[in-house]
Amino acid sequence: MGVAGRPAPPRSVGNPSTMSMELPVLSLSPLAASPPAAQAERLAVAVRLNGVTRRFGPITALDGIDLDIEEGEFFAMLGPSGSGKTTCLRLIAGFDQPTSGHIEIFGETAEGLPPYRRAVNTVFQDYALFPHMSVGENVAYGLKVRGLGRPDRERAAREALALVRLEGYELRRPSQLSGGQRQRVALARALVLHPRVLLLDEPLGALDLKLREEMQVELKALQRRLGLTFVFVTHDQGEALSMADRVAVFAEGRLLQVGAPEEVYERPRTRFVADFVGSSNILPADMAGPLLGERREASLRPERIKLIADAAEAPAGWHVIEAKVIDVLYQGASRRVMAATETGLELAVSDAGHGPRPTPGSRCVLAFAPAALHPLEAA
Amino acid sequence: MRSDGRPAGFGLTLAAFGGLTFLHLPLAVVVLYAFTTDEKSYTFPPSGLTLKWFAVALEREDVRAAISLSLEVAAISTLVALILGTLAAAAVSRSRFFGRESVSLLLILPIALPGIITGIALRSAFNLLEIPWSFWTIVLGHATFCIVVVYNNAVARFRRTSASLIEASMDLGADGFQTFRWVVLPNIATALLAGGMLAFALSFDEVIVTTFTAGQQTTLPIWMLSELVRPRQRPVTNVVAVFVIVVTFLPILLAYYWTRDGGAVAGQGK
Repeated sequence: MGVAGRPAPPRSVGNPSTMSMELPVLSLSPLAASPPAAQAERLAVAVRLNGVTRRFGPITALDGIDLDIEEGEFFAMLGPSGSGKTTCLRLIAGFDQPTSGHIEIFGETAEGLPPYRRAVNTVFQDYALFPHMSVGENVAYGLKVRGLGRPDRERAAREALALVRLEGYELRRPSQLSGGQRQRVALARALVLHPRVLLLDEPLGALDLKLREEMQVELKALQRRLGLTFVFVTHDQGEALSMADRVAVFAEGRLLQVGAPEEVYERPRTRFVADFVGSSNILPADMAGPLLGERREASLRPERIKLIADAAEAPAGWHVIEAKVIDVLYQGASRRVMAATETGLELAVSDAGHGPRPTPGSRCVLAFAPAALHPLEAA
Repeated sequence: MRSDGRPAGFGLTLAAFGGLTFLHLPLAVVVLYAFTTDEKSYTFPPSGLTLKWFAVALEREDVRAAISLSLEVAAISTLVALILGTLAAAAVSRSRFFGRESVSLLLILPIALPGIITGIALRSAFNLLEIPWSFWTIVLGHATFCIVVVYNNAVARFRRTSASLIEASMDLGADGFQTFRWVVLPNIATALLAGGMLAFALSFDEVIVTTFTAGQQTTLPIWMLSELVRPRQRPVTNVVAVFVIVVTFLPILLAYYWTRDGGAVAGQGK
């Protein structure tokens, strides 16, 4: 399929003899991989899901998912808990098998293959570091399993640890590390095997806010440097938008929308996506209909609405709605004004908050450009 | 010492020491009379102390046979229990299947059942199936309660071990056997060792189930029972009793320390 005519590196997972020959010569040094090539050739499909369904008894966890994840992209699977995103990741990793449908990894049929025969590696949500092994042994584990000699695997483990900035931690025990460091060890342990696809299950979920932001930047940089395909699962829409090249939004076992972060944010297809990715005002069909020219619900982002005192101040061509201020929430960088229209619809407005603070109860005018109003499909 | 730091009252202290004396004085008496110079009837205090009976006990063919039979039975029962108990624990804690809770209860039941019931049940079962009494019928009898001990220890450890460790190992390229060898076994090793030690100790001094399943063979506890009824050289029985105390007490003590430390070894699950 996707790999036709492309000189993909020979990879024989599960064949110790060729693996042990191949691995030591591969280098994890930052510039060894070629991101430009991967970027230019956005043709190869790393992971392809075709009508993938997974049922657990009466519950359908995944319902007919069709999805192509391209080589070299940072792909986010976003959704609330129970949306099927983790199930999807586990199917790709091989910890679970689809009830029906087809999974391909670099053109090879994957269903039925155990995890240890797939060219993917996983960073677990709880990191799953082996408590009875040192950090170095943890990282070298995959190489030991493949029959690589001790000096070779120790050198590879050192390199991988350097990649995640944990030089000199080889002899520590996982229990002696902080959450962020454990996360890095888990990352090094997966990367040392040179997976073509790295799966990350809520990789930053257990970290505190500051560390999470740091790791976001670092993960993104690492992915770019190595030119690998990263597939990560998250329930945090901010994380998905800021890190991913493309985002897939899951809800109730279905794939609602796939696209670049800007696309998903600016042009959400359904009400759920509009609401889950960022926050959104949903205008009912009665109200949005006349403005759109067709009877449909529409989403309107709070930051696309301008709060003005008089309809005359509105830029030409903008829609205006009369409203009354209900509440004002100060949020530091911005403030959030809740306003109610005459019909009783509450709208959130986000503005920079430099002007005088609107008083609750006062009348105001909400203005927005026609382009800000985005029609939604009936869910 | 009391947890609130105040000294306990005199009455309580006396009761505690009384209880401990009641529990341990008989053991002390047994040990003391292993060294007595009396042969037929004991006197207090002993008329003299000697190590002679240890030599005599070692010389006696029936004692040596009983000891080696008991050691063999305990070793084999423990081995059987280790294998079956671990497998059962893995199945119960790792997978969901129909009747899982019942299986779990049925596995633990033999330890709650009086030995005499287990013994009679096994005896009639062996009779019905026309299995001749042998070394193996003793082992089977002992395995019923040895499995429970191993199972309980293993199940507790499995519960504390994160399931994703196994998935992580598979993900990193290890097949089922490698995962068991390098990830599962090291994580449950101390629990198995402790369970195995307890099982060994239980088997080594078991009397009731053995009387029903042994046929003509004499394990050490059975030998002691018969010696009490028809003593030949009374202090020899005491010497053997000392041996039993040592062989059963040490493993139990070690098992206690290992499972206690096991928490620290395997504590880092998440």
